[in-house]
Amino acid sequence: MRSQTEKAWPVVGGPVGEPGEEAPPPVVELEGVSKTYGDVVALAGAGIVVRRGEMLAIVGPSGSGKSTMLNIMGTLDRPSAGTVRIDGHTVDALSDRQLSALRARTIGFVFQAFHLAAGVPALDAVADGLLYSGLPRGERRDLAERALRGVGLGARLHNEPHQLSGGEKQRVAIARAVLGDPPLLLADEPTGALDSRAGEVVMELLHTLHRAGTTVVVITHDRDIAASLPREVRIKDGRIEHDSAARNEPGTATGTAVGKAAVERVGA
Amino acid sequence: MSTVTPTRPRLTPARLSPADVVRTGGSGLRSRPMRVFLSALGIAIGIAAMIGVVGISTSSQEDLDRTLAALGTNLLTAAPGQSFSGAAAHLPDEAVAMVGAIDGVESVSAIGKTDAKVYRNDHVPKEVTGGIGVYAARADLPDTIGVDVTDGRWLTAATHRYPAVVLGAKAAAQLGVYGSGPDAQVWLGDRWFTVVGLLAPNELAPELDSAALVGWPAAEKELDFDGFATTVYARAEGAAVSDVQQVMGATANPENPNEVNVSRPSDALAAKQATDDTLSGLLLGLGAVALLVGGVGVANTMVISVLERRAEIGLRRSLGATRGQIRTQFLCESQLLSALGGVGGVALGIAVTAGYAGYQGWPTVVPLWAMVGGVAATLLIGGLAGFYPAVRAARLPPTEALAAA
Repeated sequence: MRSQTEKAWPVVGGPVGEPGEEAPPPVVELEGVSKTYGDVVALAGAGIVVRRGEMLAIVGPSGSGKSTMLNIMGTLDRPSAGTVRIDGHTVDALSDRQLSALRARTIGFVFQAFHLAAGVPALDAVADGLLYSGLPRGERRDLAERALRGVGLGARLHNEPHQLSGGEKQRVAIARAVLGDPPLLLADEPTGALDSRAGEVVMELLHTLHRAGTTVVVITHDRDIAASLPREVRIKDGRIEHDSAARNEPGTATGTAVGKAAVERVGA
Repeated sequence: MSTVTPTRPRLTPARLSPADVVRTGGSGLRSRPMRVFLSALGIAIGIAAMIGVVGISTSSQEDLDRTLAALGTNLLTAAPGQSFSGAAAHLPDEAVAMVGAIDGVESVSAIGKTDAKVYRNDHVPKEVTGGIGVYAARADLPDTIGVDVTDGRWLTAATHRYPAVVLGAKAAAQLGVYGSGPDAQVWLGDRWFTVVGLLAPNELAPELDSAALVGWPAAEKELDFDGFATTVYARAEGAAVSDVQQVMGATANPENPNEVNVSRPSDALAAKQATDDTLSGLLLGLGAVALLVGGVGVANTMVISVLERRAEIGLRRSLGATRGQIRTQFLCESQLLSALGGVGGVALGIAVTAGYAGYQGWPTVVPLWAMVGGVAATLLIGGLAGFYPAVRAARLPPTEALAAA
């Protein structure tokens, strides 16, 4: 099923597999994407393809346009020019309602600031990850409990944010993001508000999710973190300066375990 | 995975269940209890004022209805008005008998005003009458009017020939008489009269409250009473009241029917009640203004809430909430906030009504339509007050919302 859609959309401007090799289908496709705010050019003709099961870093200094790229990949913002396809859907053609539905089922977000509401226990916060998916509350909470156990917070189900450390908060946020097993996980500076030790734990969790098959895109300004990921895309002044996938064959070590619920396997 | 994204997936946002809508709407209220309380209080005061006005007027009406039910609305009175020349008219001698003969009249009685005055004792100056009138009363008066004797007894066949008097409640208080008996004497028409009974106040015949009633024969003998009735009381059968009322004037004084004032005291009581409507209207208006101010308070709270919770809005949008779902959340929050005030206001209004009615000795009655209407009105106000903030929240671009954190 995926291979059909893959064939239907020729990949332009991104890494391509060996001829004849069945590369995993793309989750994110950006073609000549530009974004301007008035006179300010945030993105200038960026093109990138992220295939299912990949893990990559988009790295760049502050103001380089990496946050704009995350917003566009996450369909939170629309490009001024260029084409964006997320999980096979051309974003230009979708209404705001359809984009919301796309986000609800396809994209998980992890933010630097965690975005956990004060006074809400971890279990409910995570269960809200599927609030807009149409799943009944009981099932959402069951999934949330498993997801929290999966990120090692089985003992923290009923703790409120102020009772959790920064690293624990980010793990709650990650559990919320991957609750519905979305094909794409976007992490915006996931370690930006954490000390290095907590940051390592969070990065290890993202690696585990990746090994379990989730596509993980990490936006960071930290070159060390970027260098530790399988693929590194450097961005500067709104342009992609360097993409390590141009040298490394994409999708070689990935895509094997795709198809099973990531959360379950992380928890196992 | 293939079940999540089929070949041609249709991107349709899922609907939130009603329970989820309410839970999401309530989530914003739980985190700021003090602000919620104060905003809801504004609404509550408005609703309480309106419920209170409606409740108090209904309770008062209920009290009147009960009073009228107890007193009966079938008492009619006929009194001489003025003659054509403007002089005071009087009813003919046979008026009482004639009225009693009307079809549908169950009982009839009368009083006649005398020129005598009554004093506490013989030392009181003549001009200090205290406004107490001395009337000759027929022995069957209590049966017709339904007035109760609180102390002693009504004039009997024996006492109504002798200097004995029954005092209305006000008259007794003014004369310093607190009980009946041989020791209770008043100075009436230049001689001592013994107080044999005291009357309870009666709404249908308030003129008796400040009256001293002596027997008809005693009045003629001792007080130079002319023997003309000045008020004829008639109890009519329920169905015949209007008919009797129409013919009573002509029957009491066939020669000059237009010199007779016929009235139905229960109508006067009901009319007195109706004059309170203006005040009720004014108070209702004040309640409406309070409600409006409360609504502005809710709108203000909601605007602030939306501003403070931009990050939450951004997060919800990233989780897949549509603009409509964000709008619904804040509308629901506004309506919950407002309805909270509404329910509190209804409770407060009932308490105010119960307090005032209890103080007045009325039954407490708050109509159901007022309670339902009060809460429904707050839902409407919540919707109006929350509309603009909710639309603003929904229009907030997700990136801008997330950047606000």
